This record gives sequence, structure tokens and C-alpha cells, in this order.
Amino acid sequence: MSDLRDLYQEVILDHSKQPRNFRRPGNANREAKGDNPLCGDKVAVFLTIEDGKVADVGFQGRGCAISMASASLMTDIIKGKTEAEARSLFERFHDEMTGKSACHGAAAGELDKLTVLSGVREYPMRVKCATLSWHTLMAALNKRQDGVSTEADDRL
Amino acid sequence: MTVATRPLEATAPAANTPAFDLERVRGDFPILARKVHGQRLVFLDSAASAQKPRAVIDAVRHCYEAEYANVHRGVYWLSARATQGYEGARETVARFLNARDSAEIIFTRNATSAINLVANSFGNRFLRAGDEVVISWLEHHSNIVPWQMLRDRLGIVLRVVPINDAGEFLLGEYERLLSSRTKLVAVTHTSNALGTMTPIDEIIRLAHARGARALVDGSQAAPHRQVDVQALDCDFFVFTGHKVYGPSGIGVLYGKADLLRSMPPFEGGGDMIRTVTFEKTEYADIPNRFEAGTPPIAEAIGLAAAIDYVTALGLDRVEAHEQAVLTYATERLADVAGLRIVGTARKKASIVSFTLENAHPHDVGTILDRSGVAVRAGHHCAQPLMERFGIAGTARASFGLYNGFDDVDALVDGLRRVKEIFG
Repeated sequence: MSDLRDLYQEVILDHSKQPRNFRRPGNANREAKGDNPLCGDKVAVFLTIEDGKVADVGFQGRGCAISMASASLMTDIIKGKTEAEARSLFERFHDEMTGKSACHGAAAGELDKLTVLSGVREYPMRVKCATLSWHTLMAALNKRQDGVSTEADDRL
Repeated sequence: MTVATRPLEATAPAANTPAFDLERVRGDFPILARKVHGQRLVFLDSAASAQKPRAVIDAVRHCYEAEYANVHRGVYWLSARATQGYEGARETVARFLNARDSAEIIFTRNATSAINLVANSFGNRFLRAGDEVVISWLEHHSNIVPWQMLRDRLGIVLRVVPINDAGEFLLGEYERLLSSRTKLVAVTHTSNALGTMTPIDEIIRLAHARGARALVDGSQAAPHRQVDVQALDCDFFVFTGHKVYGPSGIGVLYGKADLLRSMPPFEGGGDMIRTVTFEKTEYADIPNRFEAGTPPIAEAIGLAAAIDYVTALGLDRVEAHEQAVLTYATERLADVAGLRIVGTARKKASIVSFTLENAHPHDVGTILDRSGVAVRAGHHCAQPLMERFGIAGTARASFGLYNGFDDVDALVDGLRRVKEIFG
């Protein structure tokens, strides 16, 4: 059971039950949809970009605790960041989830909030749950109209 | 169906009936001796793919170690031996389904490729724009998508028989959908996602009464009960080897001989011809006409071993055992607070789909896995059906002949852990 608690930490359960920014901001000017056809999870990410910054962000969708918590945590962390900073956070989170690097320690900085998701790495079948909202964020930043799908994009 | 009246042995650790020695059966499956996350493997995903008894593993190994060569046309002893094994497997399948003639048994890659074969070959020969094919809401994607592809290519019309909230096939609605335009009814015998058994005899009878052909997707029926294609009088019956405890990579299409003979080949290549010149090719008779290229040889031999295994156990006894486990599972799961069983048909195979309040099926699956309990979570390749119930997916426990009451208990214990985490 202890290892399950590493995956389902209180912060994750809290964010999944009461997701932050679970809404479509009225003045959103970028948005994208993402889905994982294998499990039916769907997420939509909405951004209000002003002067190159994420002035507001929200998301809607349905999915497992990991995907909902990851989306909720993501919106918390990228609000107020520049587009470049958001992209950089995506790269680092993606590497963290796919085991290319660990974000433990002082260098992690902003990603500290996301270390609660590091337990996901031990569950390879669940990594896509954690990264779906981030890929959808990137699609919104890149103004991709076709959305993203875990089964259509090798990087997901 | 005697499910409702069969006495429960709720306190027994396993469903041991005099006629069915569960412990001995489990001993036949080497994988069940292994541990997962330090726990006894409780395998509840046989509807996706069943585990293999030693008899099947040995048959495949023996084929490769002692009797393997390409089949047909080889003049040497080893090829003749492999051919005997492969064609013998066809006869075993014919007996298993009670087909009139082993030539009515076509080996394919799986049930999906069997349906695709019918969609293309039967479709090209007999279907025209405006003709109708009837399927149901219970279908697996493999019995939806091939017909949609045909619709887009030929302009046929697809009609879908609705179900009720219990997940039962609505015969009256079905009858209303049938018309003189109906050329084929392609319906599942047993739903993989809900376990519903359809009134397949009536479905076939009504199709024939309107002059339509009937294809039965028997993927989830063949592992659980005796199938008699002559009694059913179906025109096509498909199933897949790996769900009846055989190897993956082999499926079966049964078709009535006259009908198969009237159909053109689906794939062209070696082994399906009589003569080839660059001007013209004469096709072989059935079944070879539909088996282009080197077939799945060891897989067919493994499938025959699997059929011999379940036949020796007795499918009647297997069904009675599984129905007892299903009844026990249904009762125990009904007691779990917040659990909703999706699919409550009166006639079901040993499959229980459910949702749990506050916990997504994937989280349920991950947590159960840590207890050694393997269930499937998701839409089970039946997205329209999930939409019908307004859900994205379910967790699904499916019971095979090696599962007992103790496996149900392990599942319920595991669900308790899910509730500890998710409340």
C-alpha cells in the first residue's frame, strides 16, 4: 500500500477531487483539445495570452485522478508565466515523466510543485495520463487546430 | 438459465463442484503459479485474452521442436506431418462448432480478420448501394468498423439495434429494423463489455425470415458454452483462438459451404489457387480459397490443443462453474458501496462491468493490480456502448474456467483498498 500512496498522494487526490481553474475563461484566446482514445480521457485547455504571457488559464474534461490532478496542477503553475517559460516547463515535466531527468533537488524550482507526480514514473501505463494536459497546453500555445491524441503523436 | 435458482456457496473459498475440480484446472495453467507485486495472480481479464494451459504450450513447442515445416505441397515427411497437424486442427474446430464439413472452417488471424473477410468478400459479391446491414449497440469495434468501411465504399446502410438499460438486445426493435433491404445481420452472441447474451437463435431466425444472412460474432461465446452452428443455422460464425485458451494469431471463420463457394477470394496469393497464368487465375475450392499465403501453422495446432482441453473438461461443466462464479461475484459486488454494475441482463456470460463512485476505472485498475488482481479498465473497444450508458468506461472483471470464489473475494478486498484511497 505504501507504494500506492506514492502514486496517490494527498495533493493529487485533492486536485483530482477539486480541480483548480476548472473553467473556460471568458476572454480565452487560445484553446486546444486532447484525448486518449485508449481510455476515453478528454481534456480541453484554454489560455488567455496577453503580451506574451499566460494571463489566465483553465481546463475542462474528464479522466482519471492522475490526469485531472496533473491538469489542475499545470494550470496553477503556468499562470503568469511567459509563453517561453510555459514551453520550458513542458519540456522539463515531459523529461521528468519519461525518466530522462529527475527534477528533485534545488534546481527544480517551479517544478517542485509537480514532484508529487513523480510517482507516476513507476507506472508506465499511466504516464500518458499525466502528460495529456501538458501536450494539450502545447497544442494551444502552438495554435494547433487539430488537437492532440495520445495515439497519434509519438511524443505523447 | 438457472442462475437465479442455483444455490450459493458464499462461504466456500472456491467454487468446487463435484464435476469440476478447480484446483486441478488451475494446476494446468503454469502462469497462475506466478506472483505479481508479491501477490497471487488473480487474473480477471480472460475476456480480453485467456491464459494458456500446459497442453497448449506443449503442443506449440512440440510443433516447432519436432513437426514443423510449411504445409501443403511438401513432398517430404515433415511437411506431410505438419499438414496433418494443420488440417487435423481444422477438423477439431469443425467438431467443436458441429460444422457439417471441415471445408467450412477458414483459419484467419483473429475474429477481426474473419469479419473483415466476410465484409469484403460477401460484401463485394452480394451487397449494393442501399442494401442494409444490421448490427447492434452491443458490438465490439471489430463488428462495427468493417461495416462502416463497406458503407463508405459501397453505399450500404448500417442499422443499429438498440438495447435497454440492462444492456439487453431489444428483439422487437430489431424486428422493426428488418426489411426487404436487409441483406445481412451481424450481431454478437455475447457482449464483451457487459456480458449480455443476445437471443441469438431468434435473431438468426428472424433474419432468415426476411431473406437476410446472419453472421454471429462468437468471440465471447465460444469460451463459455457449447456452440452448434447447425442448430443455430447461422450463415457465418467467427471466434478467436486466444480467448478459448489457445494461441494468439489464429481465428476462425465458419461459413456454410454453398455460401462460401459463391464468394470471391478476399486476399490473393499462394495456396489459394488452382492454376495461375499471367492471363488468368483459377481459384482453389474452399477452404484454401480464403487462406492465401502461409497460414498460422503452430497456432492452429495450439488452437486444436486448446479445444481438446476445454472439450475434455466439458463446456457444460465449465459453463455451470463460471455461472456460479458470476452469481457469487454479482452478489458480492452489489454489496460494495458506490459500486454500480453496468449490464444487468438476465442472461449473461461470466463478465461483470462496473463503475465505482469517486474513482475512475483506470485508478481502480492500477490499485487492484497492486493486489495482484488484473482487470481491464476503459471502453473495451465498445465506445458506442459506453456512450449509451453515459460513461467513458468501466472496470471489467471477466471470469474464465480457472477463476473461483476466492478470486471474487480478492477483487472485493482490492476494491476496499480503492475506497480507502478515494473514499
